[in-house]
Amino acid sequence: MEKLLEVKNLEVSFQTYGGEVHAVRGVSFHVNKGETLAIVGESGSGKSVTSQAIMRLIPTPPGKIKNGQILFNGEDLVQKTDKEMEEIRGRDIGMIFQDPMTSLNPTMKVGRQIMEVLIKHQKMSHAAAKERAIELLRLVGISMPEKRVNQYPHEFSGGMRQRAMIAIALASNPKLLIADEPTTALDVTIQAQILELMKDLQKKLGTSIIFITHDLGVVANMADRVAVMYAGKIVEMGTVDEIFYDPRHPYTWGLLASMPSLDSDDKKELAAIPGSPPDLTNPPKGDAFAPRNPYAMRIDFEQEPPMFKISDTHYAATWLLHPDAPKVEPPEAVKKRLRKLSSNYEKPILVKESE
Amino acid sequence: MEQKQKLVEVKNLKQYFKVGKGQVVKAVDDVTFDIYKGETLGLVGESGCGKSTTGRTIIGLYQATAGEVLFNGVNVHAKKSAKETKELKRKMQMIFQDPYASLNPRMTVADIIAEGIDIHGLAKTKEERMNRVYELLETVGLNREHANRYPHEFSGGQRQRIGIARALAVEPEFIIADEPISALDVSIQAQVVNLMKKLQREKGLTYLFIAHDLSMVKYISDRIGVMYFGKLVELADAEELYRNPIHPYTKSLLSAIPHPDPETERTRRRIIYDPSQHNYKDGEELRMREITPGHFVYCSEAEYEKYKAMYG
Repeated sequence: MEKLLEVKNLEVSFQTYGGEVHAVRGVSFHVNKGETLAIVGESGSGKSVTSQAIMRLIPTPPGKIKNGQILFNGEDLVQKTDKEMEEIRGRDIGMIFQDPMTSLNPTMKVGRQIMEVLIKHQKMSHAAAKERAIELLRLVGISMPEKRVNQYPHEFSGGMRQRAMIAIALASNPKLLIADEPTTALDVTIQAQILELMKDLQKKLGTSIIFITHDLGVVANMADRVAVMYAGKIVEMGTVDEIFYDPRHPYTWGLLASMPSLDSDDKKELAAIPGSPPDLTNPPKGDAFAPRNPYAMRIDFEQEPPMFKISDTHYAATWLLHPDAPKVEPPEAVKKRLRKLSSNYEKPILVKESE
Repeated sequence: MEQKQKLVEVKNLKQYFKVGKGQVVKAVDDVTFDIYKGETLGLVGESGCGKSTTGRTIIGLYQATAGEVLFNGVNVHAKKSAKETKELKRKMQMIFQDPYASLNPRMTVADIIAEGIDIHGLAKTKEERMNRVYELLETVGLNREHANRYPHEFSGGQRQRIGIARALAVEPEFIIADEPISALDVSIQAQVVNLMKKLQREKGLTYLFIAHDLSMVKYISDRIGVMYFGKLVELADAEELYRNPIHPYTKSLLSAIPHPDPETERTRRRIIYDPSQHNYKDGEELRMREITPGHFVYCSEAEYEKYKAMYG
């Protein structure tokens, strides 16, 4: 499969009064053409900052991309000038934000906000742009688009606004769509509609999607592959089946176990992850998850775990995969999910730094 | 279950809001249900269905348009002496959705928690007051050093714990939790839910748990009510509701939840609810009817017969 986007060893930090916050600490991943990569993690895990870095939307100062490469179609976005980036944002990469009310301009008609992109970047005439805007609104399932183009965002409901956002993001036929918690503010029934819409459009247009969320139900529904982030790092990455049926990192276990299952009648206490995420002004020595990790070993507090490869597509950064580590049992709720996956290697392989 | 005691009785509650131009929004439209002592009643529905308004009307933040709310047999909305009102307010407490907006940023945690203690005169000396605050902080999993800090120094989950401590300070019997975990991270949600369950066990609290996250609601609730456009459309035991939903809206709502399991997700089919599918005729009486023991559905007489034949 062809890689559309490749992020290599990305580091982003912010200067604050309290010191330098290392929000993203060496993240590497790629997105293939036409696939959906879900990035999951808690607030502060660096998932939104990663996506903003790809769009080069990190406010500088205080933020700064300190290191790494973001290769989009082979070109490094980190090196682009603002002018060049504007072109890329208008043509190649679209973004949908969590809160449609704050990301739409309340003083501008919805149609106008869609047309803006078309007139500026595709040099369309006003009339042609308007026609395309109506077409786009229809595409995202808004009824009576001829009337709706002339309305303001406040005349739209939450779900409709999110559809309008998607229409704006799709106006330029982007190759990559970054969706940052696009359904978190919506009701389940509306969420289901929006997710169906995104999948449908992906099939039609062949767009790649980076889907940022903390809802594992949505991940299971949308993703081809999943990256789990914690404290500015990717701790586990694999296909959706690998993450849900053969998770290896204790943090992934914690996330999966802390959700009540709809199918079981279990009223046992939920397996909450104790404590709270670390302060990234002084990232802890060793594994950042160690203080909250019931499986932590002495080495976790001293040395950061390297990446281990479990299959061609499945990576996890935990010392538990080291040949010398003791065998541990994942939490009960996770054990019920486990399956033997045929693609796994006989033993996890340590990934060398240079790879 | 044997002899359940009613703590809260909501009878034909209506809450209308005037929105100008002579128009009225029927936020809560003729809702009737009971909450039993020591149970958790979950209230679910989409935004705008009236679930939060129901909670706020029950506790008396709004004056009901019609109908009544009885708490231990006492009408919440009727005229009462100042003393009675105060006592009622002590017994009913609320935990709010947004832990950032519901704590006064200019008060220390100790003052936030002790505000109720002061108003109700529950502590005789300063020392007793502080001891009570320390005790409450420890109950909710914070520690006494936190007492002199301000809300901005805490994370979302910690703030929600402060909100819970404040509600507990006056030793209430009944707590209305309006989306208490929606603003929190997944790993923290489980912590807060576990805490709420533990407190319920230890103090015999009764909860009205309002939320839109159905999996959490199912986990914490004994019974669940589903609301749609100001009406309660279905009410049943939590397990029963998930296993045998009867009202088409409940079915549609349940079918829309994404499960954290890729295989189920690949085959999940969404059921779409169309309110016109009922084909109600003019003059048909619509109300909650009991289909199986403890399982109520909002339906017409004809539908009742149909449901009864299918599920009874």
